[in-house]
Amino acid sequence: MRTDVAARGPEGSAFARASSRGARHFVLGVLGVLVLGIVWQIGTWYLVSQPETRAFGNFGPIPTFQAFPRLWEQGRIQSAINASLVDRLATGLFIAALIGIPLGILVGRSKWFREISHSPFQFIRMISPLAWMPLAVLVFPGWNWAIVYLIVIAAVWPVTYATAAGLAKLEPAWYKVARNLGASRIQILKEIVLPAIAFDMFSGLRLALGVAWIVLVPAELLGVTSGLGYAIKDARETVDYSYLTAMVLTIGVIGFLLDSIFVALINRYSWYHRRTAS
Amino acid sequence: MGVRGVRMKIQGLTHRYGARSPLTFDQIDLEAQRGEFLAIIGRSGCGKSTLLHVIAGLLRPTSGTVHLDSELVEKPSPRWVMMFQAPHLFPWMRVTQNVGVGLRFAGWPQKRIDERVNEVLELVDLRDFANSNVQDLSGGQQQRVALARSLVMEPELLLLDEPFSALDAFTRADLQRDVRSIAKRLGISLIIVTHDIDEAVIMADRALIMVGAPGTIYKEELVINLPDPRQREDAAVQYMRKQLMTAFYDAAGSAPSAVGRGNGPEAEEAAPVRDKAGAAPTKRRIVPAA
Repeated sequence: MRTDVAARGPEGSAFARASSRGARHFVLGVLGVLVLGIVWQIGTWYLVSQPETRAFGNFGPIPTFQAFPRLWEQGRIQSAINASLVDRLATGLFIAALIGIPLGILVGRSKWFREISHSPFQFIRMISPLAWMPLAVLVFPGWNWAIVYLIVIAAVWPVTYATAAGLAKLEPAWYKVARNLGASRIQILKEIVLPAIAFDMFSGLRLALGVAWIVLVPAELLGVTSGLGYAIKDARETVDYSYLTAMVLTIGVIGFLLDSIFVALINRYSWYHRRTAS
Repeated sequence: MGVRGVRMKIQGLTHRYGARSPLTFDQIDLEAQRGEFLAIIGRSGCGKSTLLHVIAGLLRPTSGTVHLDSELVEKPSPRWVMMFQAPHLFPWMRVTQNVGVGLRFAGWPQKRIDERVNEVLELVDLRDFANSNVQDLSGGQQQRVALARSLVMEPELLLLDEPFSALDAFTRADLQRDVRSIAKRLGISLIIVTHDIDEAVIMADRALIMVGAPGTIYKEELVINLPDPRQREDAAVQYMRKQLMTAFYDAAGSAPSAVGRGNGPEAEEAAPVRDKAGAAPTKRRIVPAA
């Protein structure tokens, strides 16, 4: 017996290549952040150099970083993150996934449902989530749930359509092979469908996170007395500029970290273009 | 490995895809002995692939029955597995996971799955690739994984739906020889559907011709009692091929000279079907002296 020979690369060199790519990735990332910091500092110097904006020096990076220990001690950052991230964002994204994934399976599998739902879904999707605010406040008990509703209505579409797109890429032959080997319906769902579309579901959730995060902060500028958006408003009203920029920075950092988590999940579950994923 | 073949009996098998579709094939009767290798030759669209799907239980017949030993085939089963034209591997699974997927469906414990998968990877000569990503494998290696995925179930009957047609000539020749020798060693029954006459001669113990629309099995069949291993260039193989080619053109109702060199599948595609041959129920059997 003979076996035709193809890609049999030594594992070691592949690992070395991957780690050198990781190092390069890291160095460039740090460099980018440094450039951003320098631009920020130059902007601050410019503000301070102008007579009419001299008072805004606290927007600069140095006062901002100095504000962090104070805010942390006061517990402001923790409570804002807890309110925004756990109570609202996580709850909203969870509900969006709970609705969006089955809805996506329905859109992906049923031609009838896809056609009947197209117009209403696209219509609702194009309404800015914030436009729902007055209505949501009337309908839901309390501001917190109103904000969760805004996040859900913004985040459900990317999840739905990414799931549907993932299903569209499933090869019908995979079902045939699985049935041929004795798989039950549940096993086909668990072993074939879900692993095949996990990548798309997480891509959808990543997009959903992006819009939810953007909706969250302005939504918290209204009504509520907790969260990152509220902290920004609070800082403006108390004219505490370093507090303000510290919260802006916090929003950016958390958003970035959350996005990285989803990128990691996407890479973990991606199986096509495997070697180009980064 | 203790695998045994199965006796197949097909009676009056008829199929159409929908109530208003034409018949795919009509009144097919067929028998095969335990451990026998059957080739069904026909051009594209004669219904041979559909016939195989019905035997595998993946499609329901419109009428008629398929019995494997005493069991009526009504649904797919790991006891009669099919290999398709494309490997259709699951790209998110490694080679071992792809091979073991049927055992996972059957609820085997992981340790026993690993042992069994290793045995079968050895058998199909893929042990060096156990942990590879299947997307990194060549077409021939991927079909070997698909073969292992079928063999791991210890099937009684292996159904091959032109599984080597997408491979290059050398890889195809290797796989034809290896699949025959492995299946013979395990004692499995085998049915291969192909439009490649060489492939039928190299792989089968008996070759049938399927012609017409709706498809029917032609009255002449060829017993291929050649020793193993069979090489394409052996005189006996060439002789057998010629016999089969002649029978094929008789079945299709046109002489080989009408299509020139009569040179394998390409030429066969060019030959027009003139009539529905095989209507006569009396079977003739050609048994050339090897």
